[in-house]
Amino acid sequence: MKKEFRVIADLLPKNIRVLDVGCGDGSLMSHLIKEKNIEARGLEIIEENVKKCIYKGLSVIEGNAETELHQFPTKSFDFVILSQTLQAFYNPEKVLKDLLRIGKSVIISIPNFGYWKVRTSLLFFGKMPVTKTLPNSWYDTPNLHMCTIKDFFDFCIEKKININKVVGVNEESTSEIKKSNLEIKNLFSKVGIFLLK
Amino acid sequence: MSEKIKRLNISKSILLDCKQTVKDFSLAYETYGKLNKDKDNAILVFHALTGDQYVSGTNPITNKDGWWVTAVGPGKAIDTNKYFVICANVIGGCMGSWGPKEINKKTNEPYGLNFPVITIKDMVKAQETLLDHLGIKKLLCATGGSMGGMQLLQFCATFPNRTFSAVPIACSTNHSAQNIALNELARQAIMADPVWEKGKYYKKNIQPKNGLAVARMVGHISYLSEKGMQEKFGRKLQEKADYEFSFDADFQVESYLRHQGFAFVERFDANSILYITRAMDYFDLSKQFKGGLVEAFKNQKTKFLVISFSSDWLYTTKENKDTVIALNSAGADVSFAEIKTDKGHDSFLVNEPEFLKTLKGFIDSMHIKFKNRKNEKRI
Repeated sequence: MKKEFRVIADLLPKNIRVLDVGCGDGSLMSHLIKEKNIEARGLEIIEENVKKCIYKGLSVIEGNAETELHQFPTKSFDFVILSQTLQAFYNPEKVLKDLLRIGKSVIISIPNFGYWKVRTSLLFFGKMPVTKTLPNSWYDTPNLHMCTIKDFFDFCIEKKININKVVGVNEESTSEIKKSNLEIKNLFSKVGIFLLK
Repeated sequence: MSEKIKRLNISKSILLDCKQTVKDFSLAYETYGKLNKDKDNAILVFHALTGDQYVSGTNPITNKDGWWVTAVGPGKAIDTNKYFVICANVIGGCMGSWGPKEINKKTNEPYGLNFPVITIKDMVKAQETLLDHLGIKKLLCATGGSMGGMQLLQFCATFPNRTFSAVPIACSTNHSAQNIALNELARQAIMADPVWEKGKYYKKNIQPKNGLAVARMVGHISYLSEKGMQEKFGRKLQEKADYEFSFDADFQVESYLRHQGFAFVERFDANSILYITRAMDYFDLSKQFKGGLVEAFKNQKTKFLVISFSSDWLYTTKENKDTVIALNSAGADVSFAEIKTDKGHDSFLVNEPEFLKTLKGFIDSMHIKFKNRKNEKRI
């Protein structure tokens, strides 16, 4: 399982209700059900992935998070998870608002555009970065609103969204990000995981 | 021929929605496969408007394939080597269940229009008694498409604990204006046939064939998609090189409709169409519960999978999604998949591999969960 999923799983208490937005083939949901006895539901846009979830006996709704989050009642989940997709929405702010409405807490992970390899690609080679976390070229990337961990940090403060915890993930390790180490972690983390309330 | 039909005599009284209380009437049914010792492999299928209890194998009355052989049978998506499949003919129907062509014991004549106007809820109440008769407390799964799906949603709302999982296919929680209109067209066609005589045609041992055939043609148009119909027929002519400058069936699509219409009158009773379409029109689950749909699906433990078809214009994806939203709002466990296909509303009846794979995947995974859950309880 992806390191990012392990970090997310560690942030979650046992026996709760979780909505995984953009749940893919359901590997995170399966893990949460098995390890934490979590009641997990998914929302997924890709038909093939929806079927994979159904075959595994997972509860998944085929749909687009950009337009179909309204179907979930307010505070109907303990946690809502959105893994590395916020940047792909036309209106990420609206989606985030909806997530905060549906969940008592929200976990959001973002691919960090402030990661040093991304920065050097642009600085030294003058080219849009292509990395493991950002595998697409500029012309076929689904990412419309790339941001850095620092950007998202500032965004939450500006919008008065309560940041409970931030974890930075890179190849070697995971570490907590605080205001005091934000500059350095923003340089060395590939992915940032935010726990919001 | 009727001795081939399995019948359950329903002896307990049932209060119909029209306030009439009935008892001692028959429900025709069929089963496929074997109920296992743990009784955890039973699947109830609800049939659609013109269906009957013969889901799989050969229908002994018509000698044609069962109406859902694409999905139900040995090795099929609903595998009868593994599962025990039950299907009953709805009341109001004409394949052995209590319906307008049956004899009214009080008058010794067929009911005709003296048959009570029944509802989807009445149909479902009658079928629930069959589960008692078969000794099944909890089904592994219940499923049905179109009106079958509507019966299923009603079944789950009225009897919240009788099935572990449910697959409503191409249906809705109430009948739309467009669907009521199409049903009215079918009814008017039947009632305009002079043979119909206010439903008393049984005396002369005939059917209002022309009206019933037109009613069926309306149905068949609505079961296909515009694209599917264009691809299947286009402007192709029926075994002729050019127009005949007459009103015979020049086009293949005309010939198809005529064939479907007139084949149908051999197996279906015109008054049954009136009664069953009426039941569909009256269906509105939210109206039955004070708090609307959320109340209807409150406390559901059943695991739902709602399936829609992209080209279905009779029960659109949007309508199916509304059911999902209602289930979600009630906190029910619900999955949803839209199958991308050009085959229209008919998709659930024809060989649509993506649909069948999804159905199989869901039911098989639910079977594992249901067995595990039962084992946990025992420990």
